[in-house]
Amino acid sequence: MMAKTLYDKLWDDHVVRDNGDGTCLLYIDRHLVHEVTSPQAFEGLRLAGRRPWRAASVLAVPDHNVPTTDRARGISDPVSREQVETLDSNCREFEIIEFRMDDPRQGIVHVIGPEEGATLPGMTVVCGDSHTSTHGAFGALAFGIGTSEVEHVLATQCLNQKKSRAMQIRIEGQCGPGITAKDIALAVIERIGTAGGTGYVIEYSGAAVRALSMEGRMTLCNMTIEAGARAGMVAVDEITIEYLRGRPFAPRGEVWERAVAFWRGLRSDPDAVFDAVVEIDAAMIKPLVTWGTSPEMVTTIDGRVPRPEEVTDPVKRRGAERALEYMGLTAGMPIRDILVDKIFIGSCTNSRIEDLRAAAVVVRGRHVAANVKVAMVVPGSGLVKRQAEEEGLDRIFTAAGFEWREPGCSMCLAMNADRLEPGERCASTSNRNFEGRQGPGGRTHLVSPAMAAAAAIAGHFVDVREFSHLGA
Amino acid sequence: MEKLDKLTGIVVPLDRVNVDTDAIIPKQFLKSIKRSGFGPNLFDEWRYLDHGEPGMDASRRVVNPDFVLNQPRYRDASILLARDNFGCGSSREHAVWALEDYGFRVVIAPSFADIFYNNCFKNGVLPAALPADVVDGLFRAVEAEPGYTLAVDLAAQEIATPAGVRHGFAIDPFRKHCLLNGLDEIGLTLEHRADIAAYEERRRRTAPWLFTADAGK
Repeated sequence: MMAKTLYDKLWDDHVVRDNGDGTCLLYIDRHLVHEVTSPQAFEGLRLAGRRPWRAASVLAVPDHNVPTTDRARGISDPVSREQVETLDSNCREFEIIEFRMDDPRQGIVHVIGPEEGATLPGMTVVCGDSHTSTHGAFGALAFGIGTSEVEHVLATQCLNQKKSRAMQIRIEGQCGPGITAKDIALAVIERIGTAGGTGYVIEYSGAAVRALSMEGRMTLCNMTIEAGARAGMVAVDEITIEYLRGRPFAPRGEVWERAVAFWRGLRSDPDAVFDAVVEIDAAMIKPLVTWGTSPEMVTTIDGRVPRPEEVTDPVKRRGAERALEYMGLTAGMPIRDILVDKIFIGSCTNSRIEDLRAAAVVVRGRHVAANVKVAMVVPGSGLVKRQAEEEGLDRIFTAAGFEWREPGCSMCLAMNADRLEPGERCASTSNRNFEGRQGPGGRTHLVSPAMAAAAAIAGHFVDVREFSHLGA
Repeated sequence: MEKLDKLTGIVVPLDRVNVDTDAIIPKQFLKSIKRSGFGPNLFDEWRYLDHGEPGMDASRRVVNPDFVLNQPRYRDASILLARDNFGCGSSREHAVWALEDYGFRVVIAPSFADIFYNNCFKNGVLPAALPADVVDGLFRAVEAEPGYTLAVDLAAQEIATPAGVRHGFAIDPFRKHCLLNGLDEIGLTLEHRADIAAYEERRRRTAPWLFTADAGK
C-alpha cells in the first residue's frame, strides 16, 4: 500500500464522495462558530427554510466583540451588542450549544475548542475564522472558511474541497533558552514568506516540534495561515493524548480507549512523500520581532530595520518603503531602539496558560517602564483566567503595572473597545501586523509573550534571554 | 448568486503586494449582520482621509484624492488589477461582499490568498490568476492609457486586451459551472444527501468518539 502523509489519512477518512472533477465532498466533524462571520449564514438558512444538518457538531461562542472589562455592564457599543445578541438568538433558534458571554467557559473560539476537548485528533474542524488552523495541533484537519461555507456546513455537514499539496516543515534540534513556539512560527514565515504555503497543507515535525507542549503546538499551527497555507498540523503523540484525557467533550471509558488506539496511528508513514520539504535548525532560531506591516517583515532582536534600497525586487522594495513610513521607523535602526507605547499579551496565538506563565516569569518583581501607557493581559478563556489566578499570575501582572482583563479577542483586531490610537506602537503577542489591524494608524510588532513582557519592562524591545531569570 | 459569463470593463490598478482583508474592509464594518452595503467602505482607510465608522454618510466623507479608486479615470471600474497574495489575512467574506457591492466582478492578480479565493466564487466574483509578468504588463498598460478596458470571457477562460492579446487563466470546472450559471451550491450538495447520511451512519459505528456531543452532554 502507498505510504500516506498524515494529511492523506485525514483526507481519505472524510471523503463522502468523489465529485470526479478534482474535488471531493468532505465531511466536517466539528464546526466552531463565532458572532462575526455567522449572522449572514444563519440568515441564509432561514431564507431557504433549512435546518442545521447536525446541530450537535456545532459549538458557538462570542469572542470578537466582547468587552474585556467589567462584563456586568454588558456591551456599550450598540452594533457590537447586536452582533452578540444575534448569535445568542440564532443558537437558541437552531438548538446549538453556545458558551454565552457570561458563561465561565467563554473565551476565544480557538482556545475553548481544545480546552473543552471539542477538538479531537482525526477530526475535520472548520470555523469562519482563518486561525482555525490552530486545531491542527491535535492531528486534525482544521481550516478557516468564509460565511457562505459556514452556511454550507450548517446545511450539509460537508464542504466541496480540492486537495492541497503537502509540505513538511521539519524543525530539528533543540531551541535555545527563551525561544518559544512563537519564535518558531515567525522563523517559518521568515523562511517561506506569507505566500510560501499557498496551495499547501503543512505538517510540522522534528525534535523541536515534538518537544513542544500542546499550547506551543497550537501557537505554531495558528500562524500557519500567516504563511499562506490552508492548514497546519502536528502528528498525535502522548502529549496530545494526555492533554485531552478527561476534557468535557472528550470520549470516556471504552470509547476513549478505542479512540486512543486509533489516534496513535495519526502520523505520516515513515516513507510518505511530501510535495515540498523545508528544514529549519531549531538551535539557530533567535527571538524575532516584526518591523513592518506583513508578518514576513521580521528580523531578530539583535537585527536592524532593513534599508529598502537593499531590496532587489521592485514591488517588495516599494512595500518595504511604505511599511517603514506607516510604522514610523528609520531604515537601519536597531530593533532594540524601538520604543513601545502599549503591550498586548493575548489572542488565539498566545493567550493560553503557558503563554501567561512565560510572561509572568519575566515580569515578576519588576515594573512596567514609565513610557508604556498601557500593558494588558487578556487570557484566552474564562478557564485560563481562573487557572492563572489560582497560580497567582494575575497578582504578578497587576503588581508590575499590567491590566488583567476578561477573555476575548480584544486588541488582536480591535473590534471591541481595546485598540491602539493613531501612531501608537504596540508589542503584541497576536498574529497580524497589518495596517490598522489593532486600530486605525496603530503600529504593531509581533513577538512572543516573553518578549512582549520584556519590552513592557524595558520600554523598548530587548532580548529576553538577557533577563536574569533565564540561565541563572 | 449573480451569474458571470462575459464582461468588458474599466480596470483599476492597485499596485501593492499582500493586500489584506483588514485593508479591503476594516474591522469596524464587520459588525453588520447583513450581507450588503459594504461597498462605500471598501478600502476605507486608504480611500478616505477621515476615520470611518458604520452608519456614516459616505458622500460627506473626506476622500483621499491620491487613492486610485478616487481618480475620475477609474470611475465605474468593474475589474481590479492587483499584486501577489491578494486577500491575505482573515477569512471575512465581507471583503468579497465589499468588492462586489462596489461593482467589481473580476479581480486579476498573480496569486490570491486561499480563503479569499474560495469566498469569491460564492459571491459571483471571478479571481483570475495570471502570470506575474503578464500582470506587470497590464499594470503598465492600464496606467499609460485612461479608459483602459479588459474583456473577460469565463467560458473561454480568457482575458483579452484592447489590442486583442488573449491571456488564459485556470479555474476548477465545478466553480466555473456554478459561476457561469449562478448556482446555489448548497442545493447541489443536498442532492447527495443519501451519501452524506450513509457516511455519517458508518462513522457513528466506526468512530463513535466523534459523536459524543450528540447524546446531549
